[in-house]
Amino acid sequence: MAWETVIGLEIHAQLATRSKIFSGASTAYGAAPNTQACAVDLALPGVLPVLNREAVRMAVKFGLALDADIPQRSVFARKNYFYPDLPQGYQISQFDQPIVARGHLDITLENGETRQIGVTRAHLEQDAGKSLHEDFHGLTGIDLNRAGTPLLEIVSEPELRSAKEAVAYMKKMHALVQYLEICDGNMAEGSFRCDANVSVRPVGQVEFGTRAEIKNLNSFRFIERAINYEVERQIDLIEAGGEVVQETRLYDPDKGETRSMRSKEEANDYRYFPCPDLLPVEISTALLDEVRQTLPELPDEKKQRFMAEFSLSEKDATELSANREIAEYFEVVAQGCGEAKMAANWVMGELSAHLNKADIPIAECPVSAKTLTVLIQRITDKTISGKIAKDVFVELWSGESDVDAIIDSKGLKQITDSSAIEAMIAEVLENNPSQVEQFRAGKEKLMGFFVGQVMKASKGKANPGQVNEILRRLLNS
Amino acid sequence: MSLTAEEVRKIAHLARLSIQEEKVQTYADNLSGILDLVAQMETVNTDDVAPMAHPQEVTQRLREDVVTETSQREKFQQIAPATEAGLYLVPKVIE
Amino acid sequence: MHNKSLAELSASLQSGEISSVELTQHFLERIKRHDSALNSFVTVTEEQALSAARQADQLIATGQAGQLTGIPIAQKDIFCTEGIRTACGSKMLDNFISPYSATVVEKLDTAGMPLLGKLNMDEFAMGSSNETSFYGPVKNPWDLERVPGGSSGGSAAAVAARLAPIATGTDTGGSIRQPASLCGLTGIKPTYGRVSRWGMIAFASSLDQAGVLGHSAADCALVLGAMAGFDAKDSTSIDRETPDYSASLSTPLEGLKIGLPKEYFDEGLDSGVGKVVDTAIERYRTLGAEVIEISLPNTHLAVPAYYVIAPAECSSNLSRFDGVRYGYRCKDPKDLTDMYERSRGEAFGAEVKNRIMIGTYALSAGYYDAYYLKAQKVRRLISDDFKRAFEQVDVIMGPTSPVTAFKIGEKADDPISMYLSDIYTIAVNLAGLPGMSIPAGLVEGLPAGLQLIGNAFEEGKLLNIAHQFQQVTDWHLQSPAAFA
Repeated sequence: MAWETVIGLEIHAQLATRSKIFSGASTAYGAAPNTQACAVDLALPGVLPVLNREAVRMAVKFGLALDADIPQRSVFARKNYFYPDLPQGYQISQFDQPIVARGHLDITLENGETRQIGVTRAHLEQDAGKSLHEDFHGLTGIDLNRAGTPLLEIVSEPELRSAKEAVAYMKKMHALVQYLEICDGNMAEGSFRCDANVSVRPVGQVEFGTRAEIKNLNSFRFIERAINYEVERQIDLIEAGGEVVQETRLYDPDKGETRSMRSKEEANDYRYFPCPDLLPVEISTALLDEVRQTLPELPDEKKQRFMAEFSLSEKDATELSANREIAEYFEVVAQGCGEAKMAANWVMGELSAHLNKADIPIAECPVSAKTLTVLIQRITDKTISGKIAKDVFVELWSGESDVDAIIDSKGLKQITDSSAIEAMIAEVLENNPSQVEQFRAGKEKLMGFFVGQVMKASKGKANPGQVNEILRRLLNS
Repeated sequence: MSLTAEEVRKIAHLARLSIQEEKVQTYADNLSGILDLVAQMETVNTDDVAPMAHPQEVTQRLREDVVTETSQREKFQQIAPATEAGLYLVPKVIE
Repeated sequence: MHNKSLAELSASLQSGEISSVELTQHFLERIKRHDSALNSFVTVTEEQALSAARQADQLIATGQAGQLTGIPIAQKDIFCTEGIRTACGSKMLDNFISPYSATVVEKLDTAGMPLLGKLNMDEFAMGSSNETSFYGPVKNPWDLERVPGGSSGGSAAAVAARLAPIATGTDTGGSIRQPASLCGLTGIKPTYGRVSRWGMIAFASSLDQAGVLGHSAADCALVLGAMAGFDAKDSTSIDRETPDYSASLSTPLEGLKIGLPKEYFDEGLDSGVGKVVDTAIERYRTLGAEVIEISLPNTHLAVPAYYVIAPAECSSNLSRFDGVRYGYRCKDPKDLTDMYERSRGEAFGAEVKNRIMIGTYALSAGYYDAYYLKAQKVRRLISDDFKRAFEQVDVIMGPTSPVTAFKIGEKADDPISMYLSDIYTIAVNLAGLPGMSIPAGLVEGLPAGLQLIGNAFEEGKLLNIAHQFQQVTDWHLQSPAAFA
């Protein structure tokens, strides 16, 4: 039987506010345990929440970016359950009146096709603390520093049809929240993570199958593997005559499998009701307008503009616009050197390779956009060849900053003096008479050999265009 | 409306309250009595009435995003039942 | 000394006739002498009180004193007090030394009022008789076999017995007004949002409001003025200036329109109490007021709606008491669930458990609409009743409690009849309005109160109306003989 996969994602993005959603404690990552848990975060008796303005603005900004409905009024509700990392005994979240209602996001699939994925809603809520499972004489340690960090939960429609689509959607969201500067996107620190609702159904069937929820996936690789494993598990189960149980499952990256979460087995009854300590949040048109002013150019808009303005291919434009900082870097270089295609190749080639190898974000790149611009200009003005430029780039990466100084001090300037090049070529031809004979007999492939020999003789500095031209003239004469 | 002993046990567990077995029936009677009292609400039609969650018709005030709190861990943990290395300790959490 | 009004005490302090230390010591001695009979205090903070009194004396000596500087006060044990046990009448918090103070506590500290101690109360403010306290029942100073009312029973008993000149209370369904009525005091619950709830241990967040119990409207006006005001730490606090309550006390009542809701004079009302109320209304007529019969047709639904909303909110509010970060933890829990269930099961009393379970049930899957949502709609109907009434009248009057103080144990095993003793006070909390109870007479030697209900933010007017009554009557000056 042919099966269709149905996936919906619930993404949790920690909002990049300085303080918590309902208290004045810091949200900075990595502090000593419980040093960033204030009276409100600890849920001492008598404490009360007050909503962080920035968290509201960030949620609104997100909604505007998704072209979503933003209701005038939204309401915080309590989700009641007992867990040691949840000090209040309830999570302040939103239930039937979220801050962001229906929106959508376009994703590009591997075959280049674009699909629109519905976003059901996005709501504000508190993050929980952390349970530390290393052993304290058989007890668990609780760190509440993370408790109360603002989260935006972004719920998709069950419109994703494969693990790859889910990853494409997740990546696109990941880029978007960073573009909007509402989330640092640090998946290793848990700033951006998701739960995946996965089910399968026979192709052609309208009703959804029973779904399992895989909790807390915090890398793109895990999402893909976990979903693929889960899909296979469900299909095997059904084909063997079994039934999928609606449950929460956990992905074990070491074993590469999902397993049922025992502690959540018991059916939950969250007893949502409006939080009486908080009043309805009003989103005025003034606030909407104000936030709209702060919206940056979004990835899709940027992509279109790159294609139009710089004549880039869709593939290059997509890649360059995926990350806001890279896109901005590219644009400085492209405009500065006037050679967009070359700028694109450098940014996606040498630059990306070095960044990946060093595993650093572009913000920490030792070669500034201005410096790369000068380097490309030295290629276009024929001061150096593209090949030499790569050597110069290595120098720049290791801390040098003056392109021309490197070229001067290392004597890398390109040789453009025709007579000097001609002399070098004459010598090469003289030293390789048999190859000359073969070439003249029709073995044109040897052109590359001659070019190589000349470049070697010039230590790479001879202008390749001139070398080609003079070589051809002398060989054919 | 009357609650059975079994329902009382279920509610008590949902609310994480241990109840002595010999008192379950008393709670069942008390809770059933309260539900009977509450059932009087059914005598009025409220189809077109907007629910009222707060006494005043006001909207939420927003706080500036400023860190105002510093660590008071020692003070806060003095009153905790069990701590170690700055962590609150609880019986093993199984996931 | 202990029968003086706050204004008189203030004058004596300012003139140097007495010092704050002497005054504070006087009340501390009265507590020592009398409280074993009453059980109104759970914690006496002698050292802090005397140290604050010394500071107050310095302020007075250097001319920096305010009107309340040096006058001692006692706090209901629901307000967090830094460094002092705040138990809220519960075994759960018997070991809870609060690491911070409530806004109300800070404001009264700033006003220079030495804190005598923390007052007994029903557990987590759930009760109308003070019998649910982990620290044992409080006795009514008018008759030691009777309850002082609740949940601010310790506050009422202490002030009625002159162990404190004035005390704070909180009122979720009548918890200031009913004990004020049963102990012959003046008690005011202001408009919801007028006094900050920061640091006041929550029972039902959308109903809880702090207030004062004292001997007179004038005394209450002074202290309420110092407690009230916008607090950025409480999202439900209302950003409005606090009026000068003392300044408006003397406004004459000529032309005042009093509404008497016919539903408040039903068969449940004790005839003696009814007579006291009638006589008081007559008094108001002689002060120039016009009396109009009105109807609050949904009155009978107030108790039912309240017993969904308050338990629902409390079931959630009390979830934080889990034995993890503070408070009681059971011995040797065998696992996490056992720790939760036994810590909460062993430390919460029966009435708190009743309410947590009712609330849990009312919010649970499948019942939300029938209970919680329905109750919120009924709440709107009740609030609308008042809105309509206040288009017609300036103040609503009636009995505070249908009966005078009942015997300890009389209703302890019958929660429903206990709940019905708040039948006239609960609607005011649902609507968030200001309410008062003032002493209006005695029935067989026991005090009975007159309730005053005002429109939102008109507690100043209530205090004025109460004060005018107290200018022509002396019920508020009477004290139980044993504690005179």
